[in-house]
Amino acid sequence: MIDEFLGPFDFEFFRNGVLVATMAGALCGAMGVYVVLKGMSYIGHGLSHAIFGGFAASSLLGINFLLGAGAWGIASALMINTVTRRRVIGSDAAIGVITTASFALGLALFALFGTAGQSFDAALFGSILGVGTDDVIAIFVVCILAAALIFLRYRALMFTTFDPEVADVSGVNTARMDALLTVVLACSILATMQVLGVTLVAAVLVIPAATARMLTNSFARMLQLSTVMGAVCGFIGMNLSYHLDVQSGPTIVLVAATLFAAVFIVTGVTGRRRAAGISTPAPLAARVD
Amino acid sequence: MSRSERHELLCLAGVTCGYASEAVLVDVDMAIHSREFVGIVGPSGAGKTTALRVLAGSLRPAHGSVTRKAGLRVAYVPQVETINWSFPVTVRECVLMSRVRGRRLPWASRAERSQVAEVLARLDIDELADRHIRELSGGQQQRVFIARALLGEPELLLMDEPTSGVDVRLRHEVLHLLDDLNARGLAIVLTTHDLNGIAAHLPRIVCLNRSVIGDGEPHEVLTSDVLERTYGASLEVLEHGGMPVVVDSYRRAQRPHVMESHA
Repeated sequence: MIDEFLGPFDFEFFRNGVLVATMAGALCGAMGVYVVLKGMSYIGHGLSHAIFGGFAASSLLGINFLLGAGAWGIASALMINTVTRRRVIGSDAAIGVITTASFALGLALFALFGTAGQSFDAALFGSILGVGTDDVIAIFVVCILAAALIFLRYRALMFTTFDPEVADVSGVNTARMDALLTVVLACSILATMQVLGVTLVAAVLVIPAATARMLTNSFARMLQLSTVMGAVCGFIGMNLSYHLDVQSGPTIVLVAATLFAAVFIVTGVTGRRRAAGISTPAPLAARVD
Repeated sequence: MSRSERHELLCLAGVTCGYASEAVLVDVDMAIHSREFVGIVGPSGAGKTTALRVLAGSLRPAHGSVTRKAGLRVAYVPQVETINWSFPVTVRECVLMSRVRGRRLPWASRAERSQVAEVLARLDIDELADRHIRELSGGQQQRVFIARALLGEPELLLMDEPTSGVDVRLRHEVLHLLDDLNARGLAIVLTTHDLNGIAAHLPRIVCLNRSVIGDGEPHEVLTSDVLERTYGASLEVLEHGGMPVVVDSYRRAQRPHVMESHA
């Protein structure tokens, strides 16, 4: 049993895949906290599609994928941020317009000049086979970037996420905070696309954070829980992906969704018992706090 | 201490501003001095919150000027209706948010923990530090956001509708707390719809309806003429215990008629 579990670790591509999936899970778990609390869950979905446009363009132009799609994704993210801050239209509409246009451009480029074969499916659903040392380094760098942002701007980011107007009055440069967060988010999506795929990145951004929110009423604890749960889902999901011979993206998302369902049921039961005044051990939320 | 003996914190001169192409405030002049306690009243849509945003510096005027004392520390307490109550934040985390300058590490220093404990104790909510903000009563929630503002050691506290949607007891509780903070030297500007509440507590009232209609002590400003020009409705001002009391003269006139028609 243990040999069967450890067997795949003999292969370098699998070790890389597990490493990237675990780091991607932790990264998306942490960034997802801000995405979910800002009520911008759709941005993960939108940005991953916008980056697909950049992926198509860089693949056809023969330029480095990380460079081309990265620049494209960051430009889209900053455009969304700019449009949203003008408050003429809501963030959901801004995300909808910019990212779908970018995605449509990607599809049109593939239709006009031909698809890039396997890389098309890999971009959509993620692939363990495509994970190389470059991907490991890329995601490690983005993890360091995200950790530095969260660690050094923890209070300003929390204040901007919770109450941007008061944060602004209190001396926080909320425009800069939003821009930094959006750029790191775009980099996170770009770095995780290879494993998770365009269509499933959004789920890994949202599910661990939403699960963590059900377990705690503290921002700091939510950030910690979401990061750990994202990493665990990435690790388990990538291992299951190999053993079940299913693409890595869907497997990781299904593991995260299963965890969400379990927590939803458990917290629902404890919540109803508490409301009914039935004597039980400390409720889950209180225990975690 | 008269207004002239206090130093000026903020001054709006001929300020016109709004959102998109619509002007919400037109040619507003208003000066706020140290240790003042000012209430801004006016009908819905009169520009009260916009005036606070201009005072806070989060909204720039299209015309006119805003002069502020160098290094002025301003704190802003928003309407509780605008707070995201499902946000995962404990009382302690919420209060500590205002300490965004200086220390960059996520966790509080020993000095910060002590300051948070002190401000929570001062507002009598120290036992609630680890509770989620949604689990508190209305008065406690208001105190949490005042505590967050006070931790920034402001010279001027701006509060948007601190007494909206609260019962009489809570309204008194909040206004007495603000009275106490003002007596300790904090300048306060608040917006409200509660004319009689502020007439009893505040020494200065500004009547606003896109521009300043009246500005002065309650007995100077709370007159039928000023209130009618501010609200566009007939209001009667009586005196009770030496304080002005505003009543709706339309209802007073109509009630006997309604009762007669029912009879």
